[in-house]
Amino acid sequence: MNETIGTALIVIGLIFDFFGCLGLIRFPDVYNRLQASAKCITLGTCGILLGLFLFKGLTATGVKALLCMVFILLTAPVSAHALARSAYRSGVKPWEGTVVDEYSNDMENIR
Amino acid sequence: MRRKISLFLLWFFVWIGLSWPPALVDAIYAVAVSLFVSYMTLDLMFDTSAENKISRCGKGKAIARPFWFLWYVMVFVWECFKANIDVAYRVLHPALPIRPGTIKVKVDLKSDIGLAFLANSLTLTPGRTTVDIDKPSGYLYVHCLSIRDGETRLPVVTKYEKILKKIFE
Repeated sequence: MNETIGTALIVIGLIFDFFGCLGLIRFPDVYNRLQASAKCITLGTCGILLGLFLFKGLTATGVKALLCMVFILLTAPVSAHALARSAYRSGVKPWEGTVVDEYSNDMENIR
Repeated sequence: MRRKISLFLLWFFVWIGLSWPPALVDAIYAVAVSLFVSYMTLDLMFDTSAENKISRCGKGKAIARPFWFLWYVMVFVWECFKANIDVAYRVLHPALPIRPGTIKVKVDLKSDIGLAFLANSLTLTPGRTTVDIDKPSGYLYVHCLSIRDGETRLPVVTKYEKILKKIFE
């Protein structure tokens, strides 16, 4: 039973990881690419690790997989945020199809 | 003192988890390592300045906080899942239906940790990445994958804020 659910989770995780990579290629600029990679790859990797935990149970490998999951959930959004902010600050222009851009005007006033 | 003990316990259990299955030798190592690490990270983990303190409150509210946190985790996982379906749809659609943009969102949260939670969970939910926080005037700058015209207030922010207020303020 556990192994069936584990396999399903690993397959779902791989599919989401694939979508994340596809987004990285298809989306037009840095910020949109960050969206795809930060979200899909976080959930995909968490799915794979959770599947691994279900396979291994409470063994050395399984518990480490759980710890890695928490660690990825905590760090992935922070790094995405830091990349987006530094891209704006170093003058990377958003794609020309961008609808509104309120950050570029206010950027100087925020520290 | 309570902070030191809780930090020590956190690192202790992380170490035990890393050296699973637990044995006596590992426990001794764990005590030594987590004493050192919690000494080093105490001022990193807790901001002791007065404005950022999680407010003191009555006993009933303090007990309710962990349950609100659990509820928050459940809401978050559900939103995260929806976000991924949404992004996957946009990636796979041949016409690439995106209208990206960066908008300003007003937030009412005051504490650092509440804002950090809100910003990080926004990054993991439907087509959004938090770019910057303007703390004194209370604005989040959020990059959205697809925005409707004239949208300045995201419904998901209100949803998170309501719960986070109960936990951290």
